[in-house]
Amino acid sequence: MTEFLQQLLNGLSLGAIYALIALGYTMVYGVLRFINFAHSDVFMVGAFVGYYVGQHLPQNTFGGGFIVLTAAMLGCALLGVTIERLAYRRLRGGPTLNVLITAIGVSLLLESSGQVFFGAEPRTFPSVFPAKDFAFGGLVISSNQLVVIAVALLLVVALQFIVFRTKIGTAMRAVALNPKAAQLVGINNDVVISFTFALGSALAGAGGILYALNYPSIDPLMGVMPGLKAFVAAVLGGIGNIPGAALGGLILGTVETFVGGSQFSTYKDAIAFGVLILILLFRPAGLLGKFTVEKV
Amino acid sequence: MIPRPHLALLAAILAAVVVSHFSDHIDPYFLDVLIAIGINIILAVSLNLVNGHTGQFSLGHAGFMSIGAYLSGCVTVFLGPKLLGEDGGTALGQNSLFFAALLAGGLSAALAGLLIGLPSLRLKGDYLALVTLGFGEIIRVIFQNIDAVGGALGFVGLPAYTNFAWTYGAAALTVFVVGCLVKSTYGRGFIATHDDEIASEAIGLNPTRYKNVAFVVGAFFAGLAGGLYGHYKLSIDPRGFDFTRSIEIVVMVILGGMGNTLGVILAAILLTVLPEVLRPVAEYRMVIYSLLLILLMLMRPQGLFNFKLRKSKV
Repeated sequence: MTEFLQQLLNGLSLGAIYALIALGYTMVYGVLRFINFAHSDVFMVGAFVGYYVGQHLPQNTFGGGFIVLTAAMLGCALLGVTIERLAYRRLRGGPTLNVLITAIGVSLLLESSGQVFFGAEPRTFPSVFPAKDFAFGGLVISSNQLVVIAVALLLVVALQFIVFRTKIGTAMRAVALNPKAAQLVGINNDVVISFTFALGSALAGAGGILYALNYPSIDPLMGVMPGLKAFVAAVLGGIGNIPGAALGGLILGTVETFVGGSQFSTYKDAIAFGVLILILLFRPAGLLGKFTVEKV
Repeated sequence: MIPRPHLALLAAILAAVVVSHFSDHIDPYFLDVLIAIGINIILAVSLNLVNGHTGQFSLGHAGFMSIGAYLSGCVTVFLGPKLLGEDGGTALGQNSLFFAALLAGGLSAALAGLLIGLPSLRLKGDYLALVTLGFGEIIRVIFQNIDAVGGALGFVGLPAYTNFAWTYGAAALTVFVVGCLVKSTYGRGFIATHDDEIASEAIGLNPTRYKNVAFVVGAFFAGLAGGLYGHYKLSIDPRGFDFTRSIEIVVMVILGGMGNTLGVILAAILLTVLPEVLRPVAEYRMVIYSLLLILLMLMRPQGLFNFKLRKSKV
């Protein structure tokens, strides 16, 4: 029983990270109807920003950790807005395949530039938050896992607040529903889309830091697998649906952790793709999504 | 009277065999590059059928290539000694075995294409891209877990059967088959599916059928290329058939112009030779590739070698 609870805890911690990244995917899809392939690499950049900032700060302090987190989120927000401005904006009216290919190009660019500038060998992420292990009964929780869950929870609540109780959030929802109508009521789509990218990328940056806290080995390609899995989580929950992304992330993280602890552990990575395929075949709208009829 | 395309095919195969005969006089490095070009032509032209002519964005082509590589390797490594005897057999025996191996590789890749395509091809654009990506990764993980073919360390010990004749003969065959398919009524179906699925359904075509046919044929030739690749490199590393490899082939198709066979062949040649030329700056290769992709999409989405007057829809 304690084994089960331990795995559940680990799964929730991992799932929280997937949820943060999945939120970015789902928000961008919601307003632009396109999957930002480069999102996983923004996650990676967040971890590296944290790495470099963390080197100048004292380790094992809450203050230091907080600064690292904020720096990563700001840096990634900036990166996201830049990518949107330079690579995606021009292609906005055209065939979606073009933007998809461009997104793949940006993703590869970030990964290969990372390999050139940071070097391909993995680095150890500094221990920016105080690290302690707590034991409850038979369970072992590391303080980093608690940090992950706490920060993720905080960010999701903040996101809900922004999306449902601020003007810009309402504008985001309007653009997601109908971009042309949103323009007609005076919303500046460009600003809203940039803001969406900034928000999503900031969450990815936070995800990067949180991931690096629990899996301290970072390298330029670290974003690929978590990014794909987070995308699956977003689809699982219903792409375009914010609570869905969070739910999908938690479910996927938990399932993956349980599989990783079982005899099929080497197939752990394939699980996410298996889930994706099953979802797309049997319930393409996702768990919380709405079923849309294709209109001619 | 033999139709002209068939004559061209026969001439090409003959030329490949003749050149292969003199291949001992060609510089080995040059020969290596030529064979790599040939394999990439097969990959690019087969992917072009799916992505370009039929408009289905598949990102899992490398997965089919790996199936072809592994299965043809199984035939030559496991069945070879039994069929040819311990001494390796005659040249005719070896070539027949290779033919059978390549066929096995291609057919198994085609079967995989059918199994993967049937459920996936009803999805559109982004989703299809990700599902094919997912399948490519699943295939890789599966092969990494099968110890009989080397598991994570890869499949070693494949005999060196690939030569100029086989490579360019197969390339000529690929171009021939794809070209003939596109010019036939099937081809009309592919193009209709690409242009407007709903309209095609409205006039009575079944887009799913055409998508599946394109997908399976594309997978067959990818498997063929995989078999050639395996017997050229003499070992198969499952990690070499990942998403990055699929992307490299996709870039060839986009660079050449989706649906433009000649352009795609030129792009395959260019993109095989370019890394060799850029060898001094090899570590920047992917950076250059990705910048190329982005700039291409922003400025010339119809491809570099597309000289048609209208901008073709991607």
